[in-house]
Amino acid sequence: MFETTTLLKQRFAALRSRAEFFSLRHVRQSSQHLSVRKNVAEPPSLSRDEGAMLTVRLNGVEAYAATGDLSQQGLQLALQQAEDLAERISAHALLDLRNQPVAQGRADYCSPNLEQPFPSLGDCYELLGRESAAVPHDERLVNWQVSLGVSTVEQIYLNTAGAENRQAQRFVFPGLSVTAYDGQDSQTRSLGRENFGQQGGADVISRCGLIGAGAKVADQALQLLLAPNTPQGRRDILLMPDQMMLQIHESIGHPLELDRILGDERNYAGTSFVKTTDFGTLQYGSRLLNVTFDPDIPEQLASYSHDDDGTAAHKQFLIREGLLIRPLGGALSQFRSGLDGVANSRACGWNRAPIDRMANLNIEPGDKSLPQLIAGIEHGVLMSTNRSWSIDDARNKFQFGCEWGQLIENGELKGVVKNPNYRGISADFWRNLSAVGDASTFQVLGTPNCGKGEPNQVVRVGHASPACVFSQIDVFGGDA
Amino acid sequence: MPAALNSVDTFRALVDWLREAVKEPEHFTLSYNAEASQFIRFNHARVRQAGQVQQASVSLKLIREGHQADLHLTLSGEYDVDYQRLAEAVQQLREILPLVAPDPYLQLNTDAWQSHAVQEQPLPDSAQVLEQIRQGAQGFDLVGIYAVGPISRGYASSWGAFGWHQANSFNLDWSLFHANGEAVKANYAGENWSNEAFAQRLNSATEQLAFLGRPLKTLAPGQYRAYLAPAALDEIIGMLCWGGFSAQSIANKDSPLQRLYGGDTHLSPLVTMAEQVSGSLSPAFSGEGYPRSDLTLIQAGKARDRLINSRSAAEYGLICNGADAGESPSALSMTAGDLPLAEVLQQLGTGLYISNLWYLNYSDQPAARMTGLTRFATFWVENGQIQAPVSTMRFDDSVYSLLGTHLEALTRERELILSTGTYSERQTSSTHLPGALINRLTLTL
Repeated sequence: MFETTTLLKQRFAALRSRAEFFSLRHVRQSSQHLSVRKNVAEPPSLSRDEGAMLTVRLNGVEAYAATGDLSQQGLQLALQQAEDLAERISAHALLDLRNQPVAQGRADYCSPNLEQPFPSLGDCYELLGRESAAVPHDERLVNWQVSLGVSTVEQIYLNTAGAENRQAQRFVFPGLSVTAYDGQDSQTRSLGRENFGQQGGADVISRCGLIGAGAKVADQALQLLLAPNTPQGRRDILLMPDQMMLQIHESIGHPLELDRILGDERNYAGTSFVKTTDFGTLQYGSRLLNVTFDPDIPEQLASYSHDDDGTAAHKQFLIREGLLIRPLGGALSQFRSGLDGVANSRACGWNRAPIDRMANLNIEPGDKSLPQLIAGIEHGVLMSTNRSWSIDDARNKFQFGCEWGQLIENGELKGVVKNPNYRGISADFWRNLSAVGDASTFQVLGTPNCGKGEPNQVVRVGHASPACVFSQIDVFGGDA
Repeated sequence: MPAALNSVDTFRALVDWLREAVKEPEHFTLSYNAEASQFIRFNHARVRQAGQVQQASVSLKLIREGHQADLHLTLSGEYDVDYQRLAEAVQQLREILPLVAPDPYLQLNTDAWQSHAVQEQPLPDSAQVLEQIRQGAQGFDLVGIYAVGPISRGYASSWGAFGWHQANSFNLDWSLFHANGEAVKANYAGENWSNEAFAQRLNSATEQLAFLGRPLKTLAPGQYRAYLAPAALDEIIGMLCWGGFSAQSIANKDSPLQRLYGGDTHLSPLVTMAEQVSGSLSPAFSGEGYPRSDLTLIQAGKARDRLINSRSAAEYGLICNGADAGESPSALSMTAGDLPLAEVLQQLGTGLYISNLWYLNYSDQPAARMTGLTRFATFWVENGQIQAPVSTMRFDDSVYSLLGTHLEALTRERELILSTGTYSERQTSSTHLPGALINRLTLTL
């Protein structure tokens, strides 16, 4: 681990620059993706990736150059390119960063259980094959797939102010999905996949629930195929954590990204209905709503000690008792806006520059058990496992859909319904939060697929949440 | 970058080394992606962030007696380092192959085909482009990105196939924002930068911006006549490209065009779509080594060809037509209609003029029912006259309605839309689309 540190530091020290400040972020990543589809092992897909980004600040103007050439000459050339670019854009630059403080300090961070070897390729295929074979023979089950992805990432950040941050992380993504078809409609039920990922080792596979899940997930796909559509109308909804994560992500996370609020993303990812003046004044949700940026849950996908600009990360409340307090803005956005933020300046790899991203964005548990949440609903729908998401560019009008729905009538869980969809407006929706599940309903989840930025970037984000109830929401089903 | 990384000679040398290192009964395929890109982001018509990215990678597939495994590897541009990495990759794959079950769907193209396409049009000087943007955008709130540089793609196999595709290109993707928060989107992309062409597009955007200053109209949910400009239609087509035409998705019953390909329903006879590889910016060969064919996907509203990669070909007994792993179109072309662009407002009469749509997803995928939102310059039109910009609205409708029973006309003029996508690397896909006049669009929120 970190065996390139010494050589990298030597090369960094030998770099010559006319910039007042520069940094180097080296990223080395290896990954493996395995899959068994309909009892046939698909060929393994491996990858190895390594490179570095040099960022310079020259007369208050920053620019970067990313290269896969890590030789002394290659790094020096990249540094030169970044300097040349900083000079070329200086007359056009939006920001004067001469007075922006730079990161300092040293730290190492490792994922939990990183020292434990991951199961061998043969063992992984055996597990995937076993779950695939557990899907029963039924001609309505037309497709199923069991998969396991694992990525190991080492990052070393150095700068001319003496910062040295090293992070070694392993991310695990188990998944299973089954599709049932009756000649007209098809329904897919899944476990994990885009809705689950954690840091760790083999323990993540167990926590995901993949082991022994094949038959159960297949049965649920068949139940959905036979189920009626979700009824249309206004009802209470009980969102389970694997839908809450998407709800948090789209209608709290993205609108609170400070670079969006400052307008950087208006051409692509969009803007925000939140304004800089809303922090400290806007009642974002009901008093039951407590939202944190929390880098300290070891297994969560975006737990880390420092962000990719070298800022130390600490747990912070963004929303407390419904009141909006703090944006998701890294050091640069804080400098631009004058607002206090968090350590969330992140890049997807060595070839993209850090920007404001979600990291671990969580809802703190409340005081109701799942039976109590259900008992408090007269007419409602339980919804689980996100499958569809759409929200406007200001992150306000949304429509989300889930795989699994169950009616709730007079405080009791009733039959399964398919195509559970709901729509609303972020600015109102969170004020309808009427009950929050306790720690027994709390799950640590996350997704590898959060897209944003120009040039585009996909990063891993973590969301942990209890089950939550929202009152009087517009719900509806599908066509078939 | 080591200029060499964008050179066919560098790729050929890697292939030659592999042909020495990998002998019967082993075989290999090697695909190659490289780019030297400059990215300049704008906010408030100033440069917000700028950088240079130089990257190259190979995807190596090693095959032995029915077993296969893949390894994707970033190259450094340093000769010794890269050959060491390639040697280690071969060794790792050799160790893995015995652990992997024989692949019943392994089907390789063993033809020794050759393909070579190089476009070395000189790229515009970024200082000159920056200055022109500064001058043109003076007084406007411009936000967006300029991406420029060479892109290379290569493919080779141990059976002697060798393909090389290299092109210089730029893509300026931007929006102009009115002080009231409304915006118009524009794009200028291609191989030859022309100051006049850029000025013309900027001018066209500023003209639309003037309309956006009018008081905003808020619509109630309901059903409206609507014109979808090519960029808006591109969002709908883009959704269909995710699995819609894929042989595997169709077989797995999760294609959004399942019912079309099953013959249960059809689109409007006005709808004809093709995967038009020839003449596009995409390579003429797939990442798995098959020459790519021009295909008619939908003809006069009825399903025709599907996109078939080698794996689907083997699994379903089909003939591979050069589709990539995801079996998505990369050069989709839709046949034009007969509505002159100049008559769109008149034909629309009263309804919505929608320049762009945003963030589409499915409400009911087997029914091809999708939802999404208006974004950028969307106008309320009465009696053929633009009246007011419209606040963001959500639609929820089936493709069988939008491009089926309720499609009234397609425009005679089409727009070539080059991908602005830069996830991992700059994309080379494109669409060529008309605008669509629809006599019933359902708005829900």
